Amino acid sequence: MCLAVPGQIVDICESNGLKMGKVDFGGALREACLDYVPEARLGDYVIVHVGFAISLLSESEARATLELLQEIAERDPDVELGASQA
Amino acid sequence: MKHVTDYRNAGLVQGILAEIRRTVTRPWVIMEICGGQTHAIMRHGLDQLLPPELELCHGPGCPVCVTPLELIDKAVAIASRPGVIFTSYGDMLRVPGSEQDLAAVRASGGDVRIVYSPLDAVKLARQNPDRQVVFFAIGFETTAPANATSVLQAQALELRNYSVLVSHVCVPPAMDVILRSPQNRVQGFLAAGHVCAVMGYWEYESIAGRYHVPIVVTGFEPADIAQGILGTVRQLEAGGAAVENAYSRVVTRAGNRPAQEVIQRVFEPCDRQWRGIGVIPMSGYRLRRPFEAFDAEVQFGVSDIMPRESEVCISGLILQGRRKPLECQAFGTECTPERPLGATMVSSEGACAAYYRYGRRAE
Repeated sequence: MCLAVPGQIVDICESNGLKMGKVDFGGALREACLDYVPEARLGDYVIVHVGFAISLLSESEARATLELLQEIAERDPDVELGASQA
Repeated sequence: MKHVTDYRNAGLVQGILAEIRRTVTRPWVIMEICGGQTHAIMRHGLDQLLPPELELCHGPGCPVCVTPLELIDKAVAIASRPGVIFTSYGDMLRVPGSEQDLAAVRASGGDVRIVYSPLDAVKLARQNPDRQVVFFAIGFETTAPANATSVLQAQALELRNYSVLVSHVCVPPAMDVILRSPQNRVQGFLAAGHVCAVMGYWEYESIAGRYHVPIVVTGFEPADIAQGILGTVRQLEAGGAAVENAYSRVVTRAGNRPAQEVIQRVFEPCDRQWRGIGVIPMSGYRLRRPFEAFDAEVQFGVSDIMPRESEVCISGLILQGRRKPLECQAFGTECTPERPLGATMVSSEGACAAYYRYGRRAE
């Protein structure tokens, strides 16, 4: 139920007084309400839940987290950070 | 996919798990609140990769599972009426009511439709002015703003044929119930990342302090979950009891203010019955009085409901982390996703459904 996925805003418009937009989820376009992320602009990533963006994704926090996790992972001599998926 | 694939990197996840193994020195019980995380843990096999000292137990964060039977029965009663288009998130259709589920209503001719967003239900109401469109507004804090906005939209559009059957629940009061129980085993929590995206995590600070438990705000990809577990274990080993944010690309301490304002405008806190658990004081939302015209319970006057629960199902204990699905005598035999006795076997967030789907069977 609380499933929410990141997607990129590719269009912003207004409909019945709500800030709406089109969001690209890895190639699949869906309409989403952007009313709770008034600061969001074209090209930003948002987390969308039941058709509503509930959070504007922070690129800088994402980078910092990945760097931290990579640093932790590299402490293990057997780890190879390839592109394979878990 | 950007912001997804990176957190599914097998090497990265293995590296974090190795750090968890290096950190753990004794047994700990950690609860993941959110059923979405339970399913992610099972899907990626994280439970089988953790050191044996760590036990994950599964929390009440499955809105479909905790929606009270009485409300399922009311949904069935409303959906069965002529002239009604009953709309719902897909998960609710197979949740067993006392007599039947919403899927059975649809099979016998009722107009029950699955929608992706509550705004789709508002659209249906505009397109069908001669029909009553009812939306089953269930969910945790993540979903509450969307459902509230649908009511505000219906009001702005002056729709007289849109109403919501509300069953909203909130996470912090449920954590309180779990921690207060004399049977509680939970020593640390992974807090539900998307609930916190809306509400922030300041509410959890008093819980962490009062019960001396670490709480780590956690995301949904395997590396996110491993990071959340690592943060919890580090605190447990060091005797810490702080709220920590392991999902900072999405969650801030204050949460999403515009979404919180919409919730407050439309809903007010109320006592709420949780299926299998009982009434938890001030644990839910109901519509505020000025929005009564959009309240399906008022509009349809469904009051003669006598819910009857299965006597075998232990989903209430499972939702509180006190039992595991495999400890239920009906699991996989009398109770399966095709013929569920309780809601935990139905939902894409139910713990029993996760065990069944990902092949966790009794030895």
